[in-house]
Amino acid sequence: MVDATYDLAFDPHARSANLRFIAGRIAVYGFLGLFALIYLIPLFVIVANSFRELPEITRNGLIAIPQSFSLKAWPQAWLHHCVAGTCEGIHRNFYNSLIMTIPATIFSTVLGAINGYVLSKWRFPGSETLFACMTLGVFMPGQVSLLPWAFILGTVGLSNTIYGLILVHVVQGMSFTTLFCRNYYVGIPDDLIKAARIDGAGFWRIFFKIILPLSPPILIVTVIWQFTGIWNEYLFGVVFTGGRQQPVTAALVGLATNSMNARSYDVASCAVLIAAIPPLLIYFFGGKYFVRGLTQGAIK
Amino acid sequence: MATLTISGLYKRFGPVEVLKGIDLEARTGEFVALVGPSGCGKSTLLAMIAGLESVSEGEIRIDGTLVNSVAPKDRDIAMVFQSYALYPTMTARQNMTFGMESRGVPKAEQDTAIKRVASLLQIEPLLNRKPGQLSGGQRQRVAMGRALVRDPKLFLFDEPLSNLDAKLRVDMRTEIKKLHLRVGKTTIYVTHDQIEAMTLASRIAVMHQGSIQQFDEPQVVYDHPANIFVAGFMGSPSMNFIPGELTKVDGHPAVAIALAGGETAMLPLPQPPQSRPANGKVVLGVRPEHLFRYDPTLKSQKAGLAMLTAPVEVVEPTGAETHAVLKVGEREIVGRFDPDGAPRLGELLPLGIDMAHACLFDPDTQALIRLGSA
Repeated sequence: MVDATYDLAFDPHARSANLRFIAGRIAVYGFLGLFALIYLIPLFVIVANSFRELPEITRNGLIAIPQSFSLKAWPQAWLHHCVAGTCEGIHRNFYNSLIMTIPATIFSTVLGAINGYVLSKWRFPGSETLFACMTLGVFMPGQVSLLPWAFILGTVGLSNTIYGLILVHVVQGMSFTTLFCRNYYVGIPDDLIKAARIDGAGFWRIFFKIILPLSPPILIVTVIWQFTGIWNEYLFGVVFTGGRQQPVTAALVGLATNSMNARSYDVASCAVLIAAIPPLLIYFFGGKYFVRGLTQGAIK
Repeated sequence: MATLTISGLYKRFGPVEVLKGIDLEARTGEFVALVGPSGCGKSTLLAMIAGLESVSEGEIRIDGTLVNSVAPKDRDIAMVFQSYALYPTMTARQNMTFGMESRGVPKAEQDTAIKRVASLLQIEPLLNRKPGQLSGGQRQRVAMGRALVRDPKLFLFDEPLSNLDAKLRVDMRTEIKKLHLRVGKTTIYVTHDQIEAMTLASRIAVMHQGSIQQFDEPQVVYDHPANIFVAGFMGSPSMNFIPGELTKVDGHPAVAIALAGGETAMLPLPQPPQSRPANGKVVLGVRPEHLFRYDPTLKSQKAGLAMLTAPVEVVEPTGAETHAVLKVGEREIVGRFDPDGAPRLGELLPLGIDMAHACLFDPDTQALIRLGSA
């Protein structure tokens, strides 16, 4: 017996298809790599500058291969750097940001969840209109509300305080959190609510025992969204607070535009990196839930 | 034990009238089925009984007490939903205790109730599983368990079997029947499946376009449908409707129907109709099982027999019986035949009609014309 073989020594068609495939892959990965590199260059420059010595930076320029190494800028940025006469670095502003962001995130998320619950499961005449009005806030630029907020904060005596900023962020953020939660809760079958009502559960018991246990995916989304949004926000911080009351983002601006002394690029780089840590951490730990929560339906 | 009495019930959503004057009553321990095509208002009616929908007009009484504005939890009812509506984050046991916890039933009492119901429904091994880990039939059982732990006055079922596959549906139907025989609670059961209604109910309310067409025992609804809608809805394959005209043959009442080629067939009626439509036009309703292959020797044994010939258009064997589509005049009618001696395709069938079971309807009012002396 002779085994039939289909193994050709040279198949020009298969070979050219194979080559085309490999060439295509190289092109795709080459392009992606290039763009990733371009995207990462600013980060590299900042990280590098935070470890360079200032004289070397001024001599060789901001964008250059590092030729010196120093850790001096880090404690300087955190504790001692002087902005507008106060030499405390950014640590106070960093704490300000935490004190502002954490409660604002929690309050706006809780309120959004309750709003979403009411607007999806306890509809009343006009609730759809109310929801439409609330979502308008999503599309409204923050600048529009600057003056009204200034008036309100002045009236209630919260100007130039972190509490004032908390109030602003809770209210501004509620449009988003309400929209997120309401749209998620719409996917929870109404029959669950009806069954619970027959079972004798009231408004809050249904919320805590049935709706909240189903909510982690959307709550993680809103918490990440709110935390990064409020942390990174700086317009309200710059406008409504000054000096030691400012959140870290506003302080960074002050640090960069400080005209009293020469530009200290090393310290500024450190400050920027420190300020970027909390949102990065949040995203590292919650990022996969973020994508999952945005794409997942409520219940299978 | 409890009764349910509904009188003059209306439900309006803006200008749309969903329920138009419903009168219904369920006696103690009775199993009432609300049946009708989708959109007939049966689920709305059930939701109103449960207190999940408000009443626009009329009265709902449970055990004689007006409950129009009583909250669902205070009506002492239990409901099983089409979607089961099991709380997804709770185990089967927690699903069943949720209601008792809400009402503050002591822990020991909860445990006894769970034990009783779990053994009744044979779901003990499933108690610690979450709904996601249960099959459709198991979810159905847990949903019924949640209703049963309550020991309510009224059981409400909203199409509980529609989400199950065909075989399981039949099994669960039997289970529900057994359960009702054992527990004996007054039950309102909504379904669009007329077979479910026939097999389960002690009385059936057939609904159409927001009103009850007929409310009676299953066999009465089947044998004497109040109108053409009920006649066509109950029974599968549906009743055949043949237009005809009242006439007399040798002094006996009969219906004349048109056959192909301008011929007419005279079908004798067992008894004279109680009323006569203005122009004598009627609709003759014949159920498929009342058609058979005509055998001259039967003539002497059966009263009210009619005979005509009909060409066979389609033959559909189902195993237990064979359905055949026959041509009578311009109409196609369906008959159910024994597989032995079933019609063959293309055959000119000598067709016997059991006129003792035939129904007459008024084509204008659609209502049943009763036969016999009033």
